[in-house]
Amino acid sequence: MYAQMVKSTGTGLKSADEMSAEERAFQARIDAGEKIEPKDWMPEGYRKTLIRQIGQHAHSEIVGQLPEGNWITRAPTLERKAILLAKVQDEAGHGLYLYCAAETLGVSRDEMTEMLLDGRMKYSSIFNYPTLTWADMGAVGWLVDGAAIMNQVPLQRTSFGPYSRAMIRVCKEESFHQRQGFDIMMKMAQGTPQQKAMAQDALNRFWYPALMMFGPSDKDSVHSAQSMAWKIKMNTNDELRQKFVDQTVPQAEYLGLTVPDENLTWNEEKGGYDFSEPDWEEFFEVIKGNGPCNTDRLAARNKAWDDGAWVREGMMAHAEKKRARKMAAE
Amino acid sequence: MKTEWPLWEIFIRGQHGLSHRHVGSLHAPDAEMAIKNARDVYTRRNEGVSIWVVEAAAITASSPSDKGPMYEPSESKVYRHPSFYDIPDDVGAM
Repeated sequence: MYAQMVKSTGTGLKSADEMSAEERAFQARIDAGEKIEPKDWMPEGYRKTLIRQIGQHAHSEIVGQLPEGNWITRAPTLERKAILLAKVQDEAGHGLYLYCAAETLGVSRDEMTEMLLDGRMKYSSIFNYPTLTWADMGAVGWLVDGAAIMNQVPLQRTSFGPYSRAMIRVCKEESFHQRQGFDIMMKMAQGTPQQKAMAQDALNRFWYPALMMFGPSDKDSVHSAQSMAWKIKMNTNDELRQKFVDQTVPQAEYLGLTVPDENLTWNEEKGGYDFSEPDWEEFFEVIKGNGPCNTDRLAARNKAWDDGAWVREGMMAHAEKKRARKMAAE
Repeated sequence: MKTEWPLWEIFIRGQHGLSHRHVGSLHAPDAEMAIKNARDVYTRRNEGVSIWVVEAAAITASSPSDKGPMYEPSESKVYRHPSFYDIPDDVGAM
């Protein structure tokens, strides 16, 4: 998802007997559906895993602005341009909600930024794919935001209060994102044969990367089991991927587009589609930094950070000067 | 040079005449910029008619470990609630 392959810290799931009294009380609060707040006692592993997960989620929102920002100046109409601007601005906002949630766990904004910029922290693999045509704006909104929503809706119930509240705000705003993407796809799929071909091409290129967003199967992963016990992960990757496919295939049919998977068939017994797995080797390469756009994305973030340094410093200096002047006058 | 802008807690009054409510935090060099940033981060959809910003460092919070002793006195005073009193039905609404 926006947070992929987040490793929990610790030795895996402990039984109640292996837990300390504090850990047992903590787990009991979570099991009772109570929210954990920043100043409450929490196991170190819970804190560290959440910093990793929320941080990665925040970085994804920020880096996720780049593939769409790429088309703002070339949007086909003024209306589409205004909509895309609003959407990209929302992504910045979502990044900020999430950074502020992570900061309550005792990590600073600058530390998180530096860890993104030097590659110690990751962002979602999906943003390492290029957006080549306007139809990609449709595919990104429809598929990428659609997949994100699949994961974020259950996270509204996550155990960590600030994360849960950030997710509630994000989800309120996110459905506009998916709808505007689908709207672009509809327009193109009903347009000229060339436009329809562009829409099909965008679906072809984004289908498997979208499926990869959920991460590889984790039904046997100890990290996942721990995160699920802590309610910072609500569903397995496979559950969410299945839900996404089941929801998206009829939408593709409505558009008159073909999902690029010859093994895609309705399975009456399980009440869902059977489908091909994405190429996991490609996924691991992208995670390692070898995707089509990894270098560009990190270079763009580093440039923004470096070029903005004088502004950050200048504004701080100005604020301090004003404060000193005010104090002198009092 | 390390110059992280200070953290501000943001409170917004919604459209409905309610009190200002905490919505989150953000970084800004000063209060004026904090309000401008809060406008962009927290009211993109008309969520508020008034914004308060408070430097996070200026907030004093109660400690979660005091929860028991802090709130126990109010737990034992059930007579502060109207439901403590039995008023006969004959008296009518009260």
